[in-house]
Amino acid sequence: MIGRLDQIFVLLKHWLLGYLPESWQTPVGVIISVACIVGLYPALFAVTTVLERKGVGRIQNRLGPNRVGPYGILQPMADGIKSLTKEDIVPTSADAVVHFLAPIILVVTVFMGFAVLPMGRNMVLVDMDAGLLFYFAMGASTELSVFMAGWSSRNKYSLLGAMRAVAQMISYEVALLLSSVVVVMMSGSLSLVKIVEAQNHYSYGLPHWFIFTPWGCAAFIMYAIAGTAETNRSPFDLPEGESELVAGYHTEYSGFKFALFFLGEYVAMFSISALGSTLFLGGWMAPVSWLQVVPSWIWFFGKLFVSMCVFIWLRGTLPRLRQDQLMNFAWKFVLPMCLLNLFVAGLWRFMGEGWLRWVVCSAILILAYVSIGREGMRRKKFGPRNYRYAE
Amino acid sequence: MGFVFYLISAFAVGGALAAVLLKNLVHAALALTVAFLGLAVLFLRLDAQFAGFAQILVYVGAVAILVVFAILLTKGSEVPKEGVFSKTWLAGLAIAAAVFAVLAWAIVQAAPSLPNQAEVPAVTVNDIGNALMSRYVLPLEIIAVLLTAALLGAVIVAMHEKERAKQ
Amino acid sequence: MTTTPLAAYLIVAALIFAVGLAGALTRRNAIMVLIGIELMLNAANLNLIAFWRYGPHPELLNGMMFAIFSIAVAAAEAAVGLGLVISIYRHAKTSDLEQMNRMKG
Repeated sequence: MIGRLDQIFVLLKHWLLGYLPESWQTPVGVIISVACIVGLYPALFAVTTVLERKGVGRIQNRLGPNRVGPYGILQPMADGIKSLTKEDIVPTSADAVVHFLAPIILVVTVFMGFAVLPMGRNMVLVDMDAGLLFYFAMGASTELSVFMAGWSSRNKYSLLGAMRAVAQMISYEVALLLSSVVVVMMSGSLSLVKIVEAQNHYSYGLPHWFIFTPWGCAAFIMYAIAGTAETNRSPFDLPEGESELVAGYHTEYSGFKFALFFLGEYVAMFSISALGSTLFLGGWMAPVSWLQVVPSWIWFFGKLFVSMCVFIWLRGTLPRLRQDQLMNFAWKFVLPMCLLNLFVAGLWRFMGEGWLRWVVCSAILILAYVSIGREGMRRKKFGPRNYRYAE
Repeated sequence: MGFVFYLISAFAVGGALAAVLLKNLVHAALALTVAFLGLAVLFLRLDAQFAGFAQILVYVGAVAILVVFAILLTKGSEVPKEGVFSKTWLAGLAIAAAVFAVLAWAIVQAAPSLPNQAEVPAVTVNDIGNALMSRYVLPLEIIAVLLTAALLGAVIVAMHEKERAKQ
Repeated sequence: MTTTPLAAYLIVAALIFAVGLAGALTRRNAIMVLIGIELMLNAANLNLIAFWRYGPHPELLNGMMFAIFSIAVAAAEAAVGLGLVISIYRHAKTSDLEQMNRMKG
């Protein structure tokens, strides 16, 4: 019974496919899975927009949208109708073909990343041998669409926003890749299904998630920072900061194309959170061994929901980083810590079981954080402030 | 030869032609990206998944963006007055055509005796990793040194000269 | 389903190589020359992978390794080349190769 609830989508798909002749089963099976993904994540996006606006509103001591439905939950419908019926303005001097293709390429590459994520036990669209590499290849292609959007608008602010966004995305992409490589090194495979399998043990009721190891914890923190920067989310949202650059690289987009950019950004957030939970938080595993009665896909989406809440919390709480602070942080702190983390993970592997490796690895990482992070990043000496009052 | 192969090759070759012929440099860079994608799909058809995805990650994700940044930083978006092709374009075209003619003749001559193993090689990423660490460890280390040297060299070459401006 | 013969992949690689060569030899802008060079390197990679797949002993991974190292070297060379182009533009205020025909700086 419990196993059936866990595998309910897989069983449903097999039952539907049983009605078809042999040669049709694989293509139609793929189409069904793709349709589910393409239908589910925009629905989650709609729910997340309301959650974000209410959440950020409450953090800022105001109500969010509360007119459209009870507590404003039908707000996405109003937003959808608005963006579909708004006039699609393309500037005359804009490059029409590139302007049209940019949001399409963004949405296509962002959705392609979901093909390798395991959303439950046996619920992965394609179990690729080089799954993580495929995911990062798709992620690298989103930068090109950001640049295309900014350049084709023939607008100084858009171009500036696009250049900043691409520089930021490239810098943090290196950090993202290096913090994922630690997980690949310790689990021995690039396939995401095998990475979840490598975490699928429980000892004394607690799971063997990679976040519960020193190198995994450090890698997760850096992955989270790099993921927030990759999707241009606060506190790294200078490229689209409303008070700075009008709207950055999507200034000249209106109507449905803007909705596509918005969709692309949120689905990219889902994608990166899902990969983070697969790599570090055990994907579809339950947190304690006796909670395995709850189906695996509920745990996957639960972790996704928690990650979304953390993103929204960060947006409401932290101030925006300046471009040079952001790049400084990426290249001078996150990258050396990621490289050191690789070394520490190797040390962990070869030191053998026991308490010694915990102490040594944690000591190295904490020492590195204190020396590189707190001392190395401190550039100005802050003395006591003197205030000048207007007379 | 199936329709799919022709389609993908058309993308790759068409993208390459557009990259070389277009006047607008940014359009040419984007056509180059299409050519890279077409080549990556050809790699995937040849059962080289690692090489195909690495091609997308490195070329589309990094080299194409580098090219576009360089075009923007050198104000390449303005079309030059005397046209985009050099004065000796005919000689260049003739040389390229001659090279292609020689290569095509060699391939067509050798076509019957080319190896044609049909079964898919069972190569996993694990095998590639093992090979990189055992048989190819020296090239791997040399590539690491080369990339470090290229990184430092590119930064030094492209850096602003701050000292001269003050004097 | 008949498989594509090796000669077809080699012809495609030769075509892309010739197109890249034509681009590197005929365009005025320095960046277009670099684009041509990248196309030539890619065509050589396609050649390597095609021979790896259809040749004897693909499990030795010779062709695939060669192609992967070639991708890495090409990326490094593109970075340095474009850095050079940017530096020359800063000095000569142009990236037109027809105008850079003297050694005097």
